[in-house]
Amino acid sequence: MNAVIDVETAVILGGNSDIGLSTARLLLKQGTRKVILAGRDTTRLEAAAADLRSHGAATVEVVSFDAAATETHADLVDDLFERGGDIDLVLLAFGILGDQQRGEEDAAAAIEVLRVNFEGAVSVGVPLMRRLRGQGHGHLVLLSSVAAERPRRGNFVYGASKAGVDAFFQGLADSAEGTGVHVMVVRPGRVRTKMTEGMPEIPFTTDTDVVARDIVAGLRRRAHTVWSPPIMRVVMFGMRHLPRGVFRKVGERG
Amino acid sequence: MDDGGRQVALTGWGRTAPTVATLAEPATPADVDAMLETVSQRGVIARGLGRSYGDAAQNGGGTVALMTGLDAIGELDQAMGRVRVQAGASLDDLMRALLPRGWFVPVSPGTRHVTVGGAVAADIHGKNHHRDGSFTRYVDDIDLHTPLGRMSVAPDRDPEAFWATAGGMGLTGVIAEVSLRLLPVETATMRVDTDRAANLDSLMTMMEEGDGGYRYSVAWIDCMARGAGMGRGVLARGDHATLDELGSAARRSPLRFAPLTLLKTPPLVPGGLVNQLTIAAFNEAWFRKAPKRQRGHLESIAAFFHPLDGVAGWNRMYGPRGFLQYQLAVPFGAEEVIRHSVATFSAAGTPSFLAVLKRFGEGTPGHLSFPQPGWTLALDIPAALPGLAARLNDLDEKVAEAGGRVYLAKDSRLQPDMLAAMYPRLDEWREVQARLDPQGVLQSDLSRRLRLTSATH
Repeated sequence: MNAVIDVETAVILGGNSDIGLSTARLLLKQGTRKVILAGRDTTRLEAAAADLRSHGAATVEVVSFDAAATETHADLVDDLFERGGDIDLVLLAFGILGDQQRGEEDAAAAIEVLRVNFEGAVSVGVPLMRRLRGQGHGHLVLLSSVAAERPRRGNFVYGASKAGVDAFFQGLADSAEGTGVHVMVVRPGRVRTKMTEGMPEIPFTTDTDVVARDIVAGLRRRAHTVWSPPIMRVVMFGMRHLPRGVFRKVGERG
Repeated sequence: MDDGGRQVALTGWGRTAPTVATLAEPATPADVDAMLETVSQRGVIARGLGRSYGDAAQNGGGTVALMTGLDAIGELDQAMGRVRVQAGASLDDLMRALLPRGWFVPVSPGTRHVTVGGAVAADIHGKNHHRDGSFTRYVDDIDLHTPLGRMSVAPDRDPEAFWATAGGMGLTGVIAEVSLRLLPVETATMRVDTDRAANLDSLMTMMEEGDGGYRYSVAWIDCMARGAGMGRGVLARGDHATLDELGSAARRSPLRFAPLTLLKTPPLVPGGLVNQLTIAAFNEAWFRKAPKRQRGHLESIAAFFHPLDGVAGWNRMYGPRGFLQYQLAVPFGAEEVIRHSVATFSAAGTPSFLAVLKRFGEGTPGHLSFPQPGWTLALDIPAALPGLAARLNDLDEKVAEAGGRVYLAKDSRLQPDMLAAMYPRLDEWREVQARLDPQGVLQSDLSRRLRLTSATH
């Protein structure tokens, strides 16, 4: 690690995530040298890697990673840490939205969302935490969602998965106290990405580079929870305290 | 020795990039041997008083051996002016023990609060480098505890190991004890000449022309002055006062050494305290306060050598994000790099208290020893300064191109690919290091960041 640029080596799990790549590009602007992109679709990852190289990355590596294949995660984490040098940041940017309608009718569809967003993140997060502890420093960042705060009628399958993983990483952050490792949970509102393409714009809809900026600012502050845009902290505080009937009406939109 | 080992977060003096390590606190040389046999994969590095600015004495996830428990000062050989001293003793300890007996440390950096082990590992320099060279020139032998066992190395006994250790950043073994040659002095007072220079060029000319007449010489530059006054500074040069130069009162206890800590930095300093306005005001006042030309002024050793030691914890002035010190050395003839560096930070309005400029004399044979004949410039810079990474990377290239280097004891941000250009004997050093530590037991955050040793290379 480097005192000026903080993150010399970054790993993005979910390396095709729009927010993940925006964050990587911003980090490169600040001096990050090496990025490891891990994800399922390695062909697309190679294209993303080329893009990051053109943005100044000295080294970009591509690694195959399937969040649902939890039995492979321990080895994957060992592999990441054996690629030479310490890892300063791991960003868990993977996740699926799933089909809310199907999730309500078919338990298997709902469980699939939980498997990726919740189980997958816990399964890879635990060994990551162990390795980061072992080097005495590093950032472990989970991309959660404002949906974790109060799942809505329209997205509670996704919301439940995020609520679960959010709670787990909040606890992990407390367990990290005094180890030199910084665990941070990021809760973006609606972001214009591949995942939300075609969905209606709701108030405070934001862009990936705004989330990236908030993430990097959070790393500097060693924040525990980052809302993006920051106003979402206030918005969701309000939402959480709305009477259920009113919230149901609000939550039907978007 | 406490085998349990506390987990502690450590930084260097700049208070950047903390990492957590297991703290070992050896109390005897045998503890050091035992520790070397039991450390984990992440290895061990010795630490003294934590005055390296960057990550030289940190080892995240591994062991950091706090050496300040091994601080015995042995019998002084009055005839030879030589003392055996354990690595954890500080230069302050040495001055307090030896000045009353008429002996001074051969090299004193800007703070007394460094250990002898650290002084060897960084091959430190002081205001007398142009004339006397660096610390390890006065070290007759080193008790080095390597993972393969104890060695006693000297310039004529395994010189390769000795010179790899001199400036080797603690990576050749744990330095446990050294023999140090001292400087005889008649008084604990300095006789100082001060000159003010209106800009960088006149300052450098003054130094070139007059440094030879003084044992000690250093210039402070106001980095925030721009335009015609860019690089204006105050040059302080002097020597140890002789007995007959003291007043009659002082002559009664000429070797009295009683430095005071006058001020204490409050524990919490808001990040905004050090900014362009406060520093510009400080620098202006400081420059105006200095006499334009003064001769033969008598000062205490502490006031002349260690002005900042009077303010405990001054490193906290830079607030929670901390700061770094960029120190470069370039050969004579590369004055342009010095000008360019001062201009870069002057133009950027860098809130840097003071920069220090000095001329180096001959270096030692230390493979990684920093000083080389030429100029050295040291600047304090807040770590939060926007665009700092790119600016310093550009400077690194200019420094390397000119045949110069940056000082590893100050560094917290150099890129590994610059290292070989700055330290051309790096590969030679790596070979010796690998002989003394084939398993790569000696590691630090610095060694990993810069891929210094063969094991991390």
